[in-house]
Amino acid sequence: MNAKKKVIAMLLAGGQGSRLYALTQNVAKPAVPYGGKYRIIDFALSNCTNSGIDTVGVLTQYQPLVLNEYIGNGQPWDLDRMHGGVHVLSPFETKEGADWFQGTANAIYQNMRFIERYDPEYVIVLGGDHIYKMDYSKLVEYHEKNKSDGTIAVIDVPKEEASRFGIMTVDAENRVVRFTEKPKNPESTLASMGIYCFTWKKLKKYLIENENANTGSKDFGKDIIPAMLQNQERLFAYTFDGYWKDVGTLDSLWEANMDLLDPAAQLDLYDPKWKIYARHNNMPPQYIGENAQIENSMITEGSSISGKVDFSIIFSGVTIEEGAVVNYSILMPGTVVKAGAVVEYAIVGENCVVESGAKIGVSPEVIDNRDDWGIAVVGHNITVPNGAFVKPKEIIGKNEDIKKA
Amino acid sequence: MGVNNNVLGLIFASLHDSTVVELTKQRTMGSIMFGGRYRLIDFPLSNMVNSGITQVGVITKSNYGSLLDHLGTGREWDLARKKGGLHLLPPFSQNVGGEGVYRGRLEALNNIWSYVEHANCEYVVLSDCDYVCNINFEDVINKHIETGADITAVYGNYKYSEESGSCVDVLEMDKNGRILSVLIDPQLSGECKICLDMYVMKKDFLAKIVKEAASRNEYSLIRDCLQARAKEFVFMGYEFDGYFSRIDSVKSYYRANMALLKQENRTALFKADSPIYTKIGDNGPVKYGLESKASNSLIADGCIIEGTVENSILFRGVKVGKGSVVKNCVLMQGTTIGSDCSLTSVITDKNVTTEDGRVLTGSESYPVYIGKNAKL
Repeated sequence: MNAKKKVIAMLLAGGQGSRLYALTQNVAKPAVPYGGKYRIIDFALSNCTNSGIDTVGVLTQYQPLVLNEYIGNGQPWDLDRMHGGVHVLSPFETKEGADWFQGTANAIYQNMRFIERYDPEYVIVLGGDHIYKMDYSKLVEYHEKNKSDGTIAVIDVPKEEASRFGIMTVDAENRVVRFTEKPKNPESTLASMGIYCFTWKKLKKYLIENENANTGSKDFGKDIIPAMLQNQERLFAYTFDGYWKDVGTLDSLWEANMDLLDPAAQLDLYDPKWKIYARHNNMPPQYIGENAQIENSMITEGSSISGKVDFSIIFSGVTIEEGAVVNYSILMPGTVVKAGAVVEYAIVGENCVVESGAKIGVSPEVIDNRDDWGIAVVGHNITVPNGAFVKPKEIIGKNEDIKKA
Repeated sequence: MGVNNNVLGLIFASLHDSTVVELTKQRTMGSIMFGGRYRLIDFPLSNMVNSGITQVGVITKSNYGSLLDHLGTGREWDLARKKGGLHLLPPFSQNVGGEGVYRGRLEALNNIWSYVEHANCEYVVLSDCDYVCNINFEDVINKHIETGADITAVYGNYKYSEESGSCVDVLEMDKNGRILSVLIDPQLSGECKICLDMYVMKKDFLAKIVKEAASRNEYSLIRDCLQARAKEFVFMGYEFDGYFSRIDSVKSYYRANMALLKQENRTALFKADSPIYTKIGDNGPVKYGLESKASNSLIADGCIIEGTVENSILFRGVKVGKGSVVKNCVLMQGTTIGSDCSLTSVITDKNVTTEDGRVLTGSESYPVYIGKNAKL
């Protein structure tokens, strides 16, 4: 029997990220690179450790190899603990048979034994695909103060976007009175962030009931929250007003990276009190060449930049040769852009080679019909040959997808 | 890697402190910052680890707080081990009432001998921290075994110049590489073979010379052993033909950093298959602002550049304000340059801050050095 933990976190990292497919063919969405030197999951893991939560279960099932290796023993996030720490929880087989995780609630249900080992009062349930900095200890405080059974972190979204989210309607005390998944006519603008704090005893009861009811979805948003509301359990909304971005699509991934270059960016990666930790390669500092031109960009160690870079996020070990141009783009680790190549408004995956004379993406300003414009995307380990043109909105998942211009 | 489970690495972190007094005022030679994100001890330590050595003792002397902080448990070098791993060896005196401060390598080793004695090894690799290079000790050990030498000393070909610092040890060898004598700080010119302060020998042999030195009140490996006993024993030289630089003055420190702006030197020092490990800082990427300009510079993560940076080495977390121009500079970790400043040929130590509009000018042959935590 382990000693008791007051709070533990369960991180749902099983998502396939099918809308990011060019980047998630072999890795789970939370392992997708973000922000020059991070992976998406670093934000949730760093938030846990910075909030004083030292026990985290990471639930994986889609392509877990990279994620498993990346998380390892949790040391980069200070989650290598004698008691607790980070544990990667994959689907497993029991006497009754083996099951994949069927929904978010089912994934937690299947790992109840992990949770019970720590006998926690509260369990925080997190998604692994959001970029934000949040002090979960404040969420727990708020939950305790309200003697809440479940607290849902919410963010105020613009009215026109509200129908994309799960929307909470609250009373004057912030107690949730209604919850509607993607409403056509939203009656509130408080969107669920997919971050929950539950009193474990309560959650356990609802997880078991949901499992037995066999709804098919076995999902927090679709089943657990509605069931708790129906039984008039105390559910409260905790309003978060910092930066928060769902990076579920290629466009939103590109936007979330570009947000880092906004001088008014609310996401500060340089705050020594709330560092975002990541597993690092050992690479020398970046070298900026004699004739390089760099503005409004973020560049990570191990890179060698001799070309022109503007409004871009350059990951570690990237080479941009003299005469190459990179604008409004994201270049993931190890990619090489050769002299004369042009990359604009694009995401280029890990270890790609963009040959001289290749062109990826164009600026929206030179497109007549804005509906034809979108970012161009090249997946991992792809060579874009001389003369090739990856059009706006085009997604290259493998070498064979490239059409010669 | 069989043979190297059998090797103990010993690093002298504090020898040569007095050659760069400015930089070692608040730290040891081994913890001097170098190359944007490293400290000098990272080089011998990574070289040992990359050569398969899994037990390393670091011998300190004084001011080793920053060294302890840097090395921690040794995890970043993969030396946080149950068997072997990293051991920090603070000064320890064999003599009752002694100060624990030693005069040379042999005396230092005598003081910590119980550590060496209990290490499970047949061979010992010794290294100081004043040469920066990427060397494979496995090759040196193999050569040592092949020649049957008592000590194998690593040397490099060096060109004397007016700017050469003091205390260079020059090896004189016969055509087979056997060391005939050692010239300590000689007045020479032109090419010569200088000792890179790295040695391989059997532990038994080291025990013998350490104990004999102690009983004769001798302490210097070079003077009392390599120089004095070259006829009695077989001392061989091992030529290291890779890139190395020597830190023996503020000037040479500056030059060695600046040398990293040449691609061939970086390629020789930072190899993908034998990386130089260092403590992780968890800094964000380098952020280049509107109207920033950077050229021919080595810039470590966590820097925020709003001004102009040319021909410079910027360590982690350096900030260069709007309108400022930094040229031919080495700015150590946490240096913060305000707006509209001009720095030319300046070395700033850790956490130096300048107010807006400051102008500091040194020359490439005589860089200005600004001490740790200074506010200008």
